[in-house]
Amino acid sequence: MRAAIAAAEVNPKLSIAVVSKVYPMRSHTVSAEGGAAGVAKPDDSLDEHAYDTISGGDWMCDQDAVEAFVKEAPLELLQLERWGCPWNREPDGHIAVRAFGGMTNRRTWFAADKTGFHMLHTLFQTTLRYQPITRYDEYFVTRLLVDDGRVQGVVAIEIMSGKIQAITAKAVILCTGGCGRVFPFTTNANIKNGDGMALAQRAGAPLKDMEYLQYHPTGLPFTGILITEAARAEGGYMLNKDGYRYLQDYDLGTPQAKPVLRSMELGPRDRLSQAFVKEDQKGRTIPTEYGSVVHLDLRHLGEKVINAKLPFVRELCMKYENIDPVKELIPVRPVVHYMMGGVSTDIHGATPIAGLYAAGEVACVSINGANRLGSNSLPECLVFGARAGRAAAEFAIGQKEPNGSVLAQATDELLRLEKQYLFKTGGRERIATLREEMQKTVEAGAGIYRHESSLKQAIQTLGELQERFKNVGLDDHGRTFNTELVSALELGFMLDVAQSIVECALHRTESRGAHQRTDFPARDDLKFLAHSLVRRNPDGSLKVKYLPVTITRWPPGERKYGAGSHAAVAEK
Amino acid sequence: MTDQIMTDQTLINQGTTDQAARAEFHPRWYRKRLSTWWWLGEWHYLTFILRELSSLSVAWFVVLTLFQLRALSHGLAAYLRFTDRLESPVMITLNAIAFCFVMFHTITWFNLAPRAMPVRMGGKRVPEFLVAAPNYVLWIAVSAFVAWLLLRTP
Amino acid sequence: MADKIVLEIARYTPDRDQEPSFQSFEVPLRKEWVVLDALNYIKDKVDGTLTYRWSCRMGICGSCGMMVNGEPKLTCATFLSSYAKNATVRVEPLRYFPVIRDLVTALSDFLVKLQKVKPWLIRRDQPPLSAGEFLQTPQQLDLYKQFSMCINCTLCYSACPVVGLDEEFVGPAALALAQRYNLDNRDQGAAERLVTLAHPDGIWGCTFVGECTRVCPKHVDPAGAIQQYKLTAALDWVKSFILPRGHEDTPQESAHDGPNYD
Repeated sequence: MRAAIAAAEVNPKLSIAVVSKVYPMRSHTVSAEGGAAGVAKPDDSLDEHAYDTISGGDWMCDQDAVEAFVKEAPLELLQLERWGCPWNREPDGHIAVRAFGGMTNRRTWFAADKTGFHMLHTLFQTTLRYQPITRYDEYFVTRLLVDDGRVQGVVAIEIMSGKIQAITAKAVILCTGGCGRVFPFTTNANIKNGDGMALAQRAGAPLKDMEYLQYHPTGLPFTGILITEAARAEGGYMLNKDGYRYLQDYDLGTPQAKPVLRSMELGPRDRLSQAFVKEDQKGRTIPTEYGSVVHLDLRHLGEKVINAKLPFVRELCMKYENIDPVKELIPVRPVVHYMMGGVSTDIHGATPIAGLYAAGEVACVSINGANRLGSNSLPECLVFGARAGRAAAEFAIGQKEPNGSVLAQATDELLRLEKQYLFKTGGRERIATLREEMQKTVEAGAGIYRHESSLKQAIQTLGELQERFKNVGLDDHGRTFNTELVSALELGFMLDVAQSIVECALHRTESRGAHQRTDFPARDDLKFLAHSLVRRNPDGSLKVKYLPVTITRWPPGERKYGAGSHAAVAEK
Repeated sequence: MTDQIMTDQTLINQGTTDQAARAEFHPRWYRKRLSTWWWLGEWHYLTFILRELSSLSVAWFVVLTLFQLRALSHGLAAYLRFTDRLESPVMITLNAIAFCFVMFHTITWFNLAPRAMPVRMGGKRVPEFLVAAPNYVLWIAVSAFVAWLLLRTP
Repeated sequence: MADKIVLEIARYTPDRDQEPSFQSFEVPLRKEWVVLDALNYIKDKVDGTLTYRWSCRMGICGSCGMMVNGEPKLTCATFLSSYAKNATVRVEPLRYFPVIRDLVTALSDFLVKLQKVKPWLIRRDQPPLSAGEFLQTPQQLDLYKQFSMCINCTLCYSACPVVGLDEEFVGPAALALAQRYNLDNRDQGAAERLVTLAHPDGIWGCTFVGECTRVCPKHVDPAGAIQQYKLTAALDWVKSFILPRGHEDTPQESAHDGPNYD
């Protein structure tokens, strides 16, 4: 939506379509809780935000992109304020900012603990004002149309009626989000299946850094519902089964009563999740029916602070765990949350294929590198959404209209969908079975800690699942609102994405950020200060190449958290 | 040639009368008509309708008072006939029911009023029952005063 | 607690059925399961044709609204075990909306109504970003915050009898959203919205049944928003008699100072 507004502002004569498989206010941005980072205070600086992001990403971030990002983030957040976003305020009326994991200064803007919700609804309501924007709600894109070396539109199913048709365009921007549902335990909604990533890869675009999956350290067991990092930023403690703040054993500083930036519970997410796994191996976590957990302790914050700053957290705990965080400990465990990788783009959101752009979690610019800092992804959507919108609008001017061969592709796609899914009988595999097996395989092969043997096993199993998928059978052969067809197509996308994840993870023989190899535990800047690029060959096999990371002003250093980290920043 | 979306208009323009094609991509939505007795279907709806109807009981007492005044203006005999009628079991029952409805009317009114008028003091919102409370207090006080007026020996 | 429970689910396939009918399914009764988990179980393992919307499963996206035993509910936030004592659990699509299929309702009309109330910040002037943010104290934020919490789940539309009786009625969520912007001190569009909404299909269609507020999962209190709006509209109407020309100011401006910038 940010891209649509940006494109409309570049050229009001363009007709802009927003095509989404769900109504816009259902997009998963709506569930984001914690906040959005943008330098706001006078004692803060763009360089500090950049350094935090780059070191948080374990130097896998493209620094030119990060520099552009930190500069534009506060402006975008301010623009959202102008559009009506109800940011929390200081008593004097200025925007309030809070601390967040991995940041050396307080720069996270927030709207209670429903930041994503307020941002999404503000954006959605603002798009209603722009005449050139037409929405295609509940249209499921199955394929990108490529002709003459450029992307010329999409083929989409109008879910309501089942009609399959081409929507031609002079430029296409992918904003389909991440792929958490490839894993069995995730904070992500049902709709996050890596659609855009698979679509782009099938159209010939490379995916970048697919091995970097972020596990958020605090998810509720069973549901996977996220307990925002803000709970830790406000001062929550993480305790093992002995009530001990175990993070101090993992090079994350010493425990203090109040939260210390970049230390202990405010360390980066990948390190916290890895600490959990190690605690679990030592037998110091609490076993439950749905896996082992540790405890998040908010009791010392008091009811007043919790109600003012973390009301949604309290509501979620009471509703889904029957626990009141004011009086009790919250059981949490690491849960798949964010995909740092995605469709490879440059700093304007353009992919290597002309006419194809991407922004948000689906894209990999990369500003998040090997590990994303909390509160960086919401401004990422804004900054790169706007950039992609502008770039696409400028590209679209002067492009030729699509010709007949594009429409022929659309007809082919329609016939394929009918033959493979709608009209096919006798398919023996159930969607849910394949999906669950895929999720188990990816978790076992490419979880928080990986090993060559587990990855190779996963690659083999996924290959088998791709074969079995060809034999998938639907119960629902109707046209109207066929959600089973949508699930089948989503599963197809997820299998493609899963294969890319495991393939990239196998080839990266080092440990960096969220990608940890037990057989290669050290970081290797000589060989691997580069992004993985994975392309799909016409025969379905994958090829991985490397693209060096863009380094401008911050040569690779050691990621330090805890007491020493502030000194490291002061040197810069 | 702008976009390739097939719309209803396009179909009509193409002159297609293929019913199957239309039906296939224009599913008939089911629209249920609300019955006239919708308000009996649910307890909350019934309470709402009764609340609205309770204004009739207020009207009843107004009309009764008008008749009382008319009887007064026609002299003692007429007034005594009026009060006689009031003592009939039918009238007593009717008035008792109407009185209950007026109480219901008042209580629901007091309870709903704070929703329409949020009161803020010191930047925080005053809880609704505290906004409704003065109404009740005043009601009881005035009723007590009127009762005292009526019951005291002259 | 028993280990199984029966769900009676409304089924409707257009062009095959004239009207919805019910189909029963027996599902496991697990204490952590919500109604949505039961629906997913049926779709995954029993009958893949069961059709419904869902996404976030944490009560924030608003997709999964359905009637459960006659009450509009978010199925992702309604525990199956709370129906353990009932004979069956009846799941139907949200009422007062056209049904596309099974448990899926048509929302296009609702979105038209949402757009009608102009739910965006209306300003006569737009200072450059370099001027900084509009100032808004926590107290000013508090004035409209509750009304900004709406997740567009449309449970309130299923609770409101006026929505059922009158197709043109704008409805609780849209009116509450309009009020959210009216009360925002940064907004200057209250007069513009009033023209659309002080209308029989707008606020005057509401008879304060209050059901919308009762079923709202986010405690938005749309009924309160509408009654407050009615008061403002009524006062505005009176003012338009007393000061016909002086009334060119928006009611917003006269209520409190316009926004000031950093």
